[in-house]
Amino acid sequence: MLAVRNLSISFRMYSAGLRQHEITPITGLDLEVRAGELVGIVGASGSGKSLLAHAILGILPANARTAGEIYFKETLLTPDRQKRLRGKEIALIPQSVGFLDPLMRVGQQVRRAAYLSGANGSAEAAQRQVFRRYGLRDEDAERYPFQVSGGMARRVLVSTAAVGQAALIIADEPTPGLHPAVVAETLGHLRQLADEGRAVLLITHDIGAALTVADRIAVFYAGTTVEVAPAADFQAGGQALRHPYTQALWRALPQNQFVPIAGSQPPPDQLPAGCLFAPRCPHVSAACRAARPELRLIRGGWVRCIHVEG
Amino acid sequence: MKLLLFVVKKLARLAVLLIALSMAAFALVSLSPIDPVNAYIGADMLRVSPEQRAQIAERWGLNDPPVQRYLRWMGQALQGDLGTSSIYRQPVITVIGQRFTASLALMSAAWVLSGVLGFTLGVLAGGNEGSPLDRVVRWFAYTLAATPTFWLALLLLIVFSVTLRWTPICCAAPPGVLPEEATLLQRIHHLMLPAATLSIIGVANIALHTRQKLIAALHSDYALFATAQGEKRWGLIWQHGLRNIALPAITLQFASLSELFGGSVLAEQVFTYPGLGQATVQAGLRGDVPLLMGIVLFSAIFVFTGNALADLIYHVIDPRIRLGGGA
Ligand code: SF4
Repeated sequence: MLAVRNLSISFRMYSAGLRQHEITPITGLDLEVRAGELVGIVGASGSGKSLLAHAILGILPANARTAGEIYFKETLLTPDRQKRLRGKEIALIPQSVGFLDPLMRVGQQVRRAAYLSGANGSAEAAQRQVFRRYGLRDEDAERYPFQVSGGMARRVLVSTAAVGQAALIIADEPTPGLHPAVVAETLGHLRQLADEGRAVLLITHDIGAALTVADRIAVFYAGTTVEVAPAADFQAGGQALRHPYTQALWRALPQNQFVPIAGSQPPPDQLPAGCLFAPRCPHVSAACRAARPELRLIRGGWVRCIHVEG
Repeated sequence: MKLLLFVVKKLARLAVLLIALSMAAFALVSLSPIDPVNAYIGADMLRVSPEQRAQIAERWGLNDPPVQRYLRWMGQALQGDLGTSSIYRQPVITVIGQRFTASLALMSAAWVLSGVLGFTLGVLAGGNEGSPLDRVVRWFAYTLAATPTFWLALLLLIVFSVTLRWTPICCAAPPGVLPEEATLLQRIHHLMLPAATLSIIGVANIALHTRQKLIAALHSDYALFATAQGEKRWGLIWQHGLRNIALPAITLQFASLSELFGGSVLAEQVFTYPGLGQATVQAGLRGDVPLLMGIVLFSAIFVFTGNALADLIYHVIDPRIRLGGGA
């Protein structure tokens, strides 16, 4: 459904003295999502997760430059095609009601999304139906964004994406600081959407949450995918995982050893020349620092590390 | 209930404002170098004996100390009697009523025109940020904002009345016709230029404000999300932009009544348009204390009402205030 190949995103910035420099928050990123599959993208903040969502939808800021390719349904996603497909074939679930128009009733916003999705039939009927599906009452449609909170807000936001027929749904950090019950409900909704045959991309910093519903997990580090592994590998334990960073993430989980990872992610304007994880890696060698490792298929998962054995 | 409280609060504020303002105005008028008796007698100066002058001064109570005069004026004003205008020889209320009717036509025409034109220009500029159209609108607005009203009025007068002869050169009606007897067409014909002057000045403010608000709206998170949903530029403006910028624009337009009033004084002077603004200048120059005080009070109420309406509209329209911060 979706394939991202060697994607890089850079921004031209002006620092003091009007000197122009470039930052590259996403470098050589690869990712694949199939229909009916839920892929969790996990990474610390600043790892470029949201930018990936915006790049797929073609809504990056004007000063962004991209390289690499994105394929949707086996065809290259050009800016033109993105314009035609967003809202129809590709839908976004944003972080919070802050992304809704504060002066428009939520029902009307879902109806507008239905209209823009190009679905046949009345937008109003579609909105009522999707509200019923997510346990929202008809009266809730009359509320303004500031009047919905917590769980209801989640359901409204999921409704905006589910009201259409989008084949790919990108949920950008959909469970920020929510009550565990609400998190579980929202994740359940995303799983349902995948089970209907849609491809779902769940972008989150919460690896524990992603593991409960995802088929595969893509681990982001400093703007690149260091590992794409079946979720089962995380359940199996640290040894099943491939990349040193993923293993460190796994150890940092509360249900495991709960040991934090030493050091911090390199800022996008000070990326190391070789492996991006080299400054923090316990297994680093001279070869690691020489060149960026390629993605390799090891034991049914992709990993970007030269020292992993099959 | 909330509305009642709102009105009571506003009225209390207005009362305090009016008292303070009337005191200040009265103090200024009593310090004025213009002798109201001389100003009143005018050309008849030589035919009026000193005794008669003294009599007039006595009748008007000009010999009493200012505080006493103010209190007397205040007492009458509280009973609804603002006194008699010395230059128009009519009750102040009547003069203000007549003059304001003329000004109202002028000001409302200018108000609506500047609002509609300014908003439209602002939307066009903001919706095409950085385009040549945007640059033209901005240049136009900045130039206008820096233009004095009287200068613009003179310019329009020279171009349209003197050179092109499209519009009359002055007044509210053709020569020899009383303003009350002029036909609607004649009235509009005489209104056009002063109204245009006044509105052009107002356009700049509202256009720049609207442009900026629209640009902010188009860079908001909700605009980004709407774009992700497939909304195109003008759909974005139509669905979300206008909704979010209309309220501040309307508010600004109501709050701009003071500038409109100030502008009308100058515009009416240049076009000899017999409105309240022109009466204000006359009252000032000829020491018509009752009329001046009346106009001060009236204009304060007028501007205050505009601002109160701006506030009220926010409360009535914006759901975030109307329905309370429920979140
Ligand atoms: S390539 Fe080298 S530095 Fe990078 S993760 Fe593998 S072992 Fe560590």
